[in-house]
Amino acid sequence: MSWIGRTLPRLEDPALLRGLGRYFADLARGAQAVKFVRSPMAAGVITGIDLPDPEDIRGHIFLARDLEAGGVRPVQAVLDRPDYRRVPHPALAGARVVFTGQAVAMVVAETEALAEDLAEQVFVDIEPEDPVISIGDALAEDARPVHPETPGNVMVEGAMRTPGVDQAFTDAACVVELNLRSQRQTAMPMEGRGGVADYDAASGRVTLYASVQMPHMLRTGLADALAIDEGLLRVVAPDVGGGFGSKMALFPEYVALVWACFRLKRKLAWIEDRRENFLAGSHSRDQIFSVKGAFSAEGRLLAIDGDLRSNVGAYSCYPVTCGVEPLMAFAELPGPYDFAHYGVRSRGITSNTAMMAPYRGVARPMLTLTMEQLMDRAGAKLGIDPVEMRRRNLVTKFPHTSPTGLVFDEASYLEAMEAAVKIADYPAFRARQAEARAGGRYLGIGLAVFSERTGYGTPAFAARKMAIVPGYESVDCEMGPSGQVTLRIGASPHGQGLKTALAQLVADRIGIAPDQIRVIAGDTDATPYGWGSFASRSMVIAGGASQFAADKVADKLRRIAGQLMEVPPETITLGDGLAMAAGTNRSLPIGDLARAIHSQSHRFPEMEPGIRTQGFYDPPGTFSNAAHICEVEVDTQTGGVRIDRFLVVEDAGLLINPMIVDGQIAGGVAQGIANALYEELIYDEYGTLLTSSLADYLPPTCAEIPPIEIHHMETLSPETVTGAKGVGEGGTIGAPAAVVSAIMDALAPFGVEINTIPATPDRIRAALREAKGPAR
Amino acid sequence: MKPASFSYHKPGSVSAALALLAQFGEEGKIIAGGQSLVPSMNFRLARPETLIDINHIAEIQGVSDQGDHLEIGAVTRHATFHHPVSPCPLGRMLTKVVANIAHYPIRQRGTFGGSLSHADPASEWCLVAVTMGAEMEIHGPAGARRVPAAQFFRGTFTTAVGRDELLARIRLPKLPEGWGTGFYEFSRRKGDFALAMALAALKVEGGTIRAARLGLGAVGAHPQRLEALEAELTGQPATPQTFAAIGARAQTMVTPSGDIHGSAEYRRELAATVIARALTRAAEDAA
Ligand SMILES: Cc1cc2nc3c(=O)[nH]c(=O)nc-3n(C[C@H](O)[C@H](O)[C@H](O)COP(=O)(O)OP(=O)(O)OC[C@H]3O[C@@H](n4cnc5c(N)ncnc54)[C@H](O)[C@@H]3O)c2cc1C
Repeated sequence: MSWIGRTLPRLEDPALLRGLGRYFADLARGAQAVKFVRSPMAAGVITGIDLPDPEDIRGHIFLARDLEAGGVRPVQAVLDRPDYRRVPHPALAGARVVFTGQAVAMVVAETEALAEDLAEQVFVDIEPEDPVISIGDALAEDARPVHPETPGNVMVEGAMRTPGVDQAFTDAACVVELNLRSQRQTAMPMEGRGGVADYDAASGRVTLYASVQMPHMLRTGLADALAIDEGLLRVVAPDVGGGFGSKMALFPEYVALVWACFRLKRKLAWIEDRRENFLAGSHSRDQIFSVKGAFSAEGRLLAIDGDLRSNVGAYSCYPVTCGVEPLMAFAELPGPYDFAHYGVRSRGITSNTAMMAPYRGVARPMLTLTMEQLMDRAGAKLGIDPVEMRRRNLVTKFPHTSPTGLVFDEASYLEAMEAAVKIADYPAFRARQAEARAGGRYLGIGLAVFSERTGYGTPAFAARKMAIVPGYESVDCEMGPSGQVTLRIGASPHGQGLKTALAQLVADRIGIAPDQIRVIAGDTDATPYGWGSFASRSMVIAGGASQFAADKVADKLRRIAGQLMEVPPETITLGDGLAMAAGTNRSLPIGDLARAIHSQSHRFPEMEPGIRTQGFYDPPGTFSNAAHICEVEVDTQTGGVRIDRFLVVEDAGLLINPMIVDGQIAGGVAQGIANALYEELIYDEYGTLLTSSLADYLPPTCAEIPPIEIHHMETLSPETVTGAKGVGEGGTIGAPAAVVSAIMDALAPFGVEINTIPATPDRIRAALREAKGPAR
Repeated sequence: MKPASFSYHKPGSVSAALALLAQFGEEGKIIAGGQSLVPSMNFRLARPETLIDINHIAEIQGVSDQGDHLEIGAVTRHATFHHPVSPCPLGRMLTKVVANIAHYPIRQRGTFGGSLSHADPASEWCLVAVTMGAEMEIHGPAGARRVPAAQFFRGTFTTAVGRDELLARIRLPKLPEGWGTGFYEFSRRKGDFALAMALAALKVEGGTIRAARLGLGAVGAHPQRLEALEAELTGQPATPQTFAAIGARAQTMVTPSGDIHGSAEYRRELAATVIARALTRAAEDAA
């Protein structure tokens, strides 16, 4: 009997659901509180900082000069590309501020309230400079460079042009031009950033418990910034309340926090509040894609020519850099469509706004919106049904090499779409739609088909020329004397249920039950060096490494059993907690084998005592795929959109635990709907963030998100050892495109175009007014 | 997100609360449900030195039916209205309205009097008070006075309640049987403050409107009763055309300002829509 493919309740949940989870702030008891004084201005030169009289300071105030004197170096995110502009990121701003909310001073006091009192007494004098906020501001002819290092305000740029692009546009029967914009979003993890730094006088080490996705990398980055021996640091990610990419970066606050902990030799806690998270946590999206598509009369996509602009904010995030958005957009815009001629220029543009970091989906929500709008709008011009447009253009032969050289493994782009279209029952919908329209109600249906590149190892990151190349994973596996297994992983799950899924995978390889397998993650003292959890990688990469490690355990168990039962090891099968000798009725409990190799190791002179193995995996990557179909009703008078149905046909390869996969998809779709309809960070022209609380920034709630209907296909990947593909981001990637497509379908009678997301009621009404649609 | 330090008092009577208000002057601040005050203290936008907690004053709790009106104690929770407090059109109307105020947990603590005192332009209770012609009983050092809703709201977050005064009770005149009521609000998400909302009450006989009440909220500094439109409605047929026309008239009478959730133009359009829809609901309710 196999554990793989079973909807096993998550092993993580009993603790989390009973309030027994342990988040970093739960570990803050006895700590002094840290608060940051933040810049009230987007851009300017610091001319002075007024501090209270020293005798009035109940606590400590640290400034940039204190950190500099302590040898702290700015964080440096590096890409080895000639077009990349390196900008040092100081832990505290000393000379200039470059975005509203940038940390200028750190205060330490007995309680959080006292720390806020103290922070209020620090006044930063700033000689303002012209704020550069939007992509338009930054690229303007006379734009002020945000940093001396970034003349023209372009931090990174990727460009290519196959020779046939211009000819294809000349030959095209139909050219569609898009100018699409995604406003700024933030990942909005339930738990904000922060950490508890604890000094151990005996060893002189500091342990940082922090809400992060990449604990090992954080340790390396901190050691570099503090110029200390990495051995002096331990980083622990305990339970983490959501990351979605936003907790990958080494934020400057962590550098200051750990430095102060070494300096004061005291336990310190920085627990950011929601406002800080909005101001100085990482942001995402904020892109303008201007893309032309050339089509033949039959609706075949011939060529794409695009100018992609991503606002990357004031700094390049460490370690993945500001290349994440623009370079992924550059490489992956073609999506699952088969065409030859590709021209693209993709720029990461710096501005006086908070730093961009990866957020679930990265460039793909926007590039999927772009490709799907090309299909829809070309179909409308050519009189070809949107489903048929995709049939004519989707990749169907594998492996497929994209215009940018990406190799697509076996997938089911066409089949997943056909399945979704069938389940959605287009004819029945079209009948409902016609009837509703006759009564003045506007229903629409929208389709999104996409590929999701997942589980990629070092080659993919190296191709971006990252100085720090993440990608591989290592796993240590140990079977103890009672047969219980401990799996120590470098990945760092934070809510995904990875521990359960890995336990299911390993259970099958070793022949024991998943609850016999304990997965340890997120502690640099207790796990092998690895890259944490992000980029839909953990099941594929940590899973592959776990499988290798588990297979070695199984091998050893067979050898032990073979010796004890006096049969060749190859004849032993493992299952249900037993080692069984084929062709005999003999078996031994696996626990007995484990006990023997630990407690009677002298009986096994050919073997090392104990059972400890390692697995290592660095795959090339694989592509998951899905089709999303969304049905909406648009209230043309209010501009409100209600989602009546959301359907996903997902192909993530081998499903280890279908419930966990469904959870990933549902949560992802909700965040995609947020991107399509609700969430928007708004800076005014001075760079003040107008949406710095949950009264103004609007994550949808369960009242706004419909039930998500999920169906699966299982095209096993030949490129991963398990056959599994990643599934962390697809929901977020496809949903905006499906929602926008549905809104435009609903409003087709008025010829309304949606070119900006979120498609808020205000924007929809404005589009209807412009299209001379119904007065309210 | 931690408030500046403050001292705390818990008076047991209105007179004790007034004495504390007199004692602390500018530094004293009433706290009722805390659902507006506490967030703004956490942001340190409000930094009262002294909080005077009126949650334990029995004489200003609960709803009583006084025949021609309902008397509502200031610290009556929003949740009290989840079920009709009186089997009359007004009681049923309050139940329709309350579901639109914030979220369930907030409705367990937030108070009727707190909403009126806070005077958010998008407060549903403020719209009810204005449209129904409520009367506020305000207690102060000089004793009690009564202020009609039309004079109570002075602007965004400003009312007739003085620094040393307390809103004790609200009298809401009942609607006679046979009236229908309708409420419509548009907000971005369930539980959010309205972008626009309207409250209507209609007396309809043989398809003709005999009397009307109409109020609009969230579109100006404070909710307003549209008496001119009430007069225009009277005598008209209760039809979608009438309601759309009244909505369109309202659109020309309001001058909302735009914000990040909607431009001025959008809000003007929305005013017309919510008015037409509230009237439609009221007519359906009357039928
Ligand atoms: C997420 C969220 C969503 C919300 N959505 C809505 C909504 O959709 N609609 C809505 O109407 N409200 C909404 N609210 C506000 C909520 O209804 C508040 O409860 C209400 O505005 C204030 O009532 P309170 O009793 O909590 O007052 P408090 O917060 O205690 O006080 C508010 C102000 O009124 C003063 N005050 C209170 N009582 C008196 C009194 N008797 N006499 C004199 N002064 C007094 C206080 O000094 C303070 O200045 C929302 C709140 C939250 C947190």
